[in-house]
Amino acid sequence: MNLDAVIFIISAIVAVLGASMMIFQRNPVMAVLSFMVSLLAQAVLYIQLDALFLGAVLIIVYAGAVLVLFLFVIMLLNLRTTKELGPSSSLMRHLGKYFLSFLLIMEFVFIIKSSFFKGASLVGVMNMKPEGFGTVTSVATLLFTKYLYPFELTSILILVAIVGAVVMARKDKNIDRPTENKLGKN
Amino acid sequence: MLEIVIASSIKVIIVVIAVLTGCAYATYMERKLVAHFQHRIGPLYAGPYGLLQPMADAVKLIFKEDIVPDKVERYTYALAPVISFIPAMLIFAVIPFGKDTSVFGYGIKMVLSDLNIAVLFIFAITSLGIYGIILGGWSSGSKYSLMGGLRSSAQMISYEVSYGLSIIGVILIANTLSLRELVNQQASDSIWFFSHWYVWRQPLGFLLYLTCAIAETNRAPFDLPEAESELVGGYHTEYSSMRFSMFFIGEYANMLAVSAVGATLFFGGWQGPFVNTIPLLGIVWFVLKVFLFMFFYIWLRATFPRFRYDQLMNFGWKILLPLALFNTMLTSLLVALKVI
Repeated sequence: MNLDAVIFIISAIVAVLGASMMIFQRNPVMAVLSFMVSLLAQAVLYIQLDALFLGAVLIIVYAGAVLVLFLFVIMLLNLRTTKELGPSSSLMRHLGKYFLSFLLIMEFVFIIKSSFFKGASLVGVMNMKPEGFGTVTSVATLLFTKYLYPFELTSILILVAIVGAVVMARKDKNIDRPTENKLGKN
Repeated sequence: MLEIVIASSIKVIIVVIAVLTGCAYATYMERKLVAHFQHRIGPLYAGPYGLLQPMADAVKLIFKEDIVPDKVERYTYALAPVISFIPAMLIFAVIPFGKDTSVFGYGIKMVLSDLNIAVLFIFAITSLGIYGIILGGWSSGSKYSLMGGLRSSAQMISYEVSYGLSIIGVILIANTLSLRELVNQQASDSIWFFSHWYVWRQPLGFLLYLTCAIAETNRAPFDLPEAESELVGGYHTEYSSMRFSMFFIGEYANMLAVSAVGATLFFGGWQGPFVNTIPLLGIVWFVLKVFLFMFFYIWLRATFPRFRYDQLMNFGWKILLPLALFNTMLTSLLVALKVI
């Protein structure tokens, strides 16, 4: 067994374990941390596929920014105990959960089945790698030529999200004033 | 295979020891320099000129009682100091220390890992350093710690944007993400050995990097996460003994790391006069440049009062970020026109 296989197996197990821990943890902060562990393991997997750029960006964007915001929100709401997460969900919610899991499993089965019959196992994918795969240059070339429109459309989507966040977060003066008046009267 | 493993292990051990010693003596340097800035003498009794003071501090911290408050979240409380310490050390994995040499016939690269996306790696690792502070502040179960953690997360996220943008100028000119390439491009054989340093072609970028790096490492005048006048000690209020000192070492390792990155990106890394004839001189130049950065840090700390929190946020978003964007656009334009 070569070193690559050992690293792959370890990081794959860590990735799956981290993802499952994220779901099963009742402590929200621990869930976020498990998510981070899973992300780090995924970054290792990307790097093993020679997609260095993707691996680095995964950590910068998800572990560095998105998860920090999650933690930020959890700390602001100060969700410490499981009680504050609300009571266990009802049967109807459980049904929805099982339905979605069923869909996901079917998706996995479909992917594994189709790719196995076409012979695109891990080794096959590694060998089909084009020249300069995963480098910054090749990713940038694809982004700015073939996928330019989706890329630009995504940026507009993000802009809309930013504007929406600003609108929602802006303090409404009409709502703030009554409390001030109340305080004054008291 | 075995040779590579042994050679890398030796290099890793040397670098880790060097960085830890550097951290210890950075505290000595800070105490001594700040003392002289304030017309005091500073540590004097432990060894000649107080040179053994860091050792005395380390021994004291190790033997102090480790007090764990009642309301802490056990796991994260124990984890936070480690998380704040490890990323700072990891950055040194990609920084080239000197010119490649050979010892006893073995070629030795003066860098632990010559990654071709080293700059991105540094970003990724830097962005992880924030977890130590957030988790430490949150898990302590204390108001002061929580406020320190919240402030730091807001501050570091805000300044990380400008931090990233400030380096993009150099990357645009250099057309590479490898630190080794970047250092090689700044070489110059003439008597003006500093003529090819990127600081001349990216003056604004350098100033932005300097400012954001101070904010990223939570140093004065941006040391709001631990503002002792209002938050007692900030995120590490409830920590004591070795756990506290790990936060402390983490902060100094971070300072050393951003100094080393700054020296590499803007001041030619290990490049300097006579480095081609005596390769080991590269390490000396590199350490000297890092030292100058550290001196500047401490000088700043002794000079400026702390920002107020809203001033800090306004400065980050309304001044630094537009300037960084402007610098990026200007550099792209100049590169496209082939001016620089």
